[in-house]
Amino acid sequence: MNTYGIDLSLKPTTFDLWHVCLAGTVALLSLLLVVLLLSILISRARCKKKAAIQAAEPVVKIVEKIVEVEKLVHAPTPEPVVLKEATPDAALQLLGLLQKEARFIDFIKEDITVFSDADIGVAARVVHEGCNKAINEHFTLAAVRSEQEGSKITLPDGFDAATVRLTGNIVGTAPFTGTLVHKGWQVTDVRLPKLTSGYNAAIVAPAEVEL
Amino acid sequence: MSDWPGHEQANATAESVVVQQAQNAVFGAQYSVGIDLGTTHCVLSYADLGNIDDEEFSPQVMAIPQLTSPGLVEEKQQLPSFMYQAHEAELAQDSTSLPWTSKPDYLVGEIARNLGSKTSIRLVSSAKSWLCHTGVDCKAPILPTDAPDEVERVSPFQATTAYLQHLRDAWQSQHPNAPLDQQDVVITVPASFDPAARELTVEAARAVGLGQAILLEEPQAALYSWIEKSHGDWRKHAEVGDIILVIDIGGGTTDLSLIAVTEKDGNLELTRVAVGDHILLGGDNMDLALAYTVKAKLEKDGKRLEPWQLQALTHSCRDAKEKLFTHSELDNIPLVVASRGSSLIGGTLRTELTREEVNRVLVEGFLPKVAVSDRPVSRPRTGLRTAGLPYAQDAGITRHLAAFLAKQQGATDELKDINLPDHASFLHPTAVLFNGGVLKADTLAERLMEVLNSWLSVEQAPAARLLAGADLDLAVARGAAYYGYVRKGKGVRIKGGTAASYYVGIESAMPAVPGLVPEIQALCIAPFGMEEGTQQELPDDEFGLVIGEPVRFRFFSSHIRREDKVGTRLDYWTDEELDELDEIEITLPEDSRRPGEVVPVHLCAAVTEVGTLELQAVSQKDQGRWKIEFDVRAGE
Repeated sequence: MNTYGIDLSLKPTTFDLWHVCLAGTVALLSLLLVVLLLSILISRARCKKKAAIQAAEPVVKIVEKIVEVEKLVHAPTPEPVVLKEATPDAALQLLGLLQKEARFIDFIKEDITVFSDADIGVAARVVHEGCNKAINEHFTLAAVRSEQEGSKITLPDGFDAATVRLTGNIVGTAPFTGTLVHKGWQVTDVRLPKLTSGYNAAIVAPAEVEL
Repeated sequence: MSDWPGHEQANATAESVVVQQAQNAVFGAQYSVGIDLGTTHCVLSYADLGNIDDEEFSPQVMAIPQLTSPGLVEEKQQLPSFMYQAHEAELAQDSTSLPWTSKPDYLVGEIARNLGSKTSIRLVSSAKSWLCHTGVDCKAPILPTDAPDEVERVSPFQATTAYLQHLRDAWQSQHPNAPLDQQDVVITVPASFDPAARELTVEAARAVGLGQAILLEEPQAALYSWIEKSHGDWRKHAEVGDIILVIDIGGGTTDLSLIAVTEKDGNLELTRVAVGDHILLGGDNMDLALAYTVKAKLEKDGKRLEPWQLQALTHSCRDAKEKLFTHSELDNIPLVVASRGSSLIGGTLRTELTREEVNRVLVEGFLPKVAVSDRPVSRPRTGLRTAGLPYAQDAGITRHLAAFLAKQQGATDELKDINLPDHASFLHPTAVLFNGGVLKADTLAERLMEVLNSWLSVEQAPAARLLAGADLDLAVARGAAYYGYVRKGKGVRIKGGTAASYYVGIESAMPAVPGLVPEIQALCIAPFGMEEGTQQELPDDEFGLVIGEPVRFRFFSSHIRREDKVGTRLDYWTDEELDELDEIEITLPEDSRRPGEVVPVHLCAAVTEVGTLELQAVSQKDQGRWKIEFDVRAGE
């Protein structure tokens, strides 16, 4: 039976080029390993030093650095457009108030085609009076422009386009002169009721059962 | 309490001293707070006392957070004086929270009025009028009067306490660093409130921790507000010899007072010389009268109204009336009563309110042109007294006014600055101050002045002038806050003292006659115009009181007998002179005495700093004192 063992006393008997190359490779690899290990050690040591320095620096600097990184990006991505999400609660609450004071939902949901104008007029009084009361109680309304409707007004350069809307023949540059068609409305104060935790805003009008 | 300097170290005796001081003015109070505890609305006004030395007084009206319907909390300047006893299944969970509590003890304010308008059997209203209603135990659970047995009832006293508690909690949530019990608090009461009703109001304040609160008559508060608003100019509008008539027509009551302007050491002085009776007649009666007028009109057309429709009609009549009064060019206002179902157009009832109807019902009905010799009609009450309030039987406010002025003809006899002509048949007012929402309507205000001036011109007296600039809705609360400032020694103070003299009924010593009830004499125990913080004793008239047994006295007041001194005995009086109040009661406790022992006592009357009358029985032997209770109402 043949036994395979490693005989450590074995030495190359021939000193040929092949063995010279082999020995050279081993020496090179071990050198490489030493260099690699050394470089790892040195870089880790440096890293620690750097971290210590960074921690001592003010926080603002970090942010600056991040900005610098972003600057390197050559094609900046467009900022995401954030649209304000309207919360339904306030809208539902307003519907509830208009229904309570003015029977607003009742009126809108009713098929008015079958009724005469006189009948609708009677109901419209209820709605108008109630809406008037509800709106005045919870909002303060003011005209955007105090000038008389139909009068000529001039808008200076840099006017607020959110409060005044231009229509018609919009050409040239400011100041613009035109006719005030609608004076506009703005809410200057809102006084909506506060809600308790048990309030269900979706119930704009509870069903009523008389006992 | 712990904010009071040195309080921590105070022992029991020092504490009683602190309490004594608290009755006069709270030490270190930051605000002067005025509370108008009205029949239909409560208002709280306050002013910072920090800048008191700048002669600058700027009262603010507190916005009162309150539930308006289940789940909604809104801030309003007025807190409707209503309470609703909800059924446990009626309201959703967590729908009655307030900023300061998740579950209030009682539902008060706008929500109570709203829910109560559809379920009246659970609505407590007009608690204040009950406080002044003789013949009712105000601490017995009697409200709502027409509730079925299963509805939990409350007493008028409890309801008053609940309104005060809401106001206190609202204050606390907005001023966490200035607790209300450490502020100067003034609560207004009708001038016509009897001693028992005043005592109950103070007790209600005490029950919510406002033991330092003092009372002020509403018409006086209205005048204080007018003085404050004039910024010192009032001296130009009032002169020596003036008699100011304050007419306060609120939602449920009409209150009349007379204030004389006199001079002392070169300064103008104000003295409240007379107050009227408690008249249960006000703006709500007017709205109801209009609604019934319109109802009659509809029924003539064959349309029958259900109770809820009448309620809705009353609301729209109120709005329509206000519009007719403010817009003189309108001749009629359409009234619409919407159906209760979701179909709005089909079931809506339409009618209208005309100017002619408003004039006929309100102006002619409530403010008729009468002669000053006219008197309110009073029908004899029929048989059994129902468990309702004693509403005024005659809606003619001008007739009540004529009766008041004639009755008070002698009110200024003792004031040398005021000279009434010899032929006068009534007291001639020279100026008028209005208060109360009803008189916002110019038509009604003008009519009232017209009637009054017609009486004056008949007796060749100059026409009375209207003191302008009053804030008719909020004046009482503002004036109450100003009174806190006046009590610090700023501005002018209205003098007055008690507006009535008080008597106890005693049996006269005469031989018994079979079949005849012994004659009764009225013994004066407190004279007219007793100032706050004074007392009067009646040492000569001794009563023998039996230990352990309650002794009751009949109790009378007079708004016109000014000359009676303590100890004056009246053998005879007219119905007009003396009003009988509820009986008063003394029980001598048994401590350290033998039951059945007879103790001789005399009576002592004091007017406290708070503004209430206090009667005591004083033992002759050892000076022991026992309080005599007012709020023992008849009918027990």
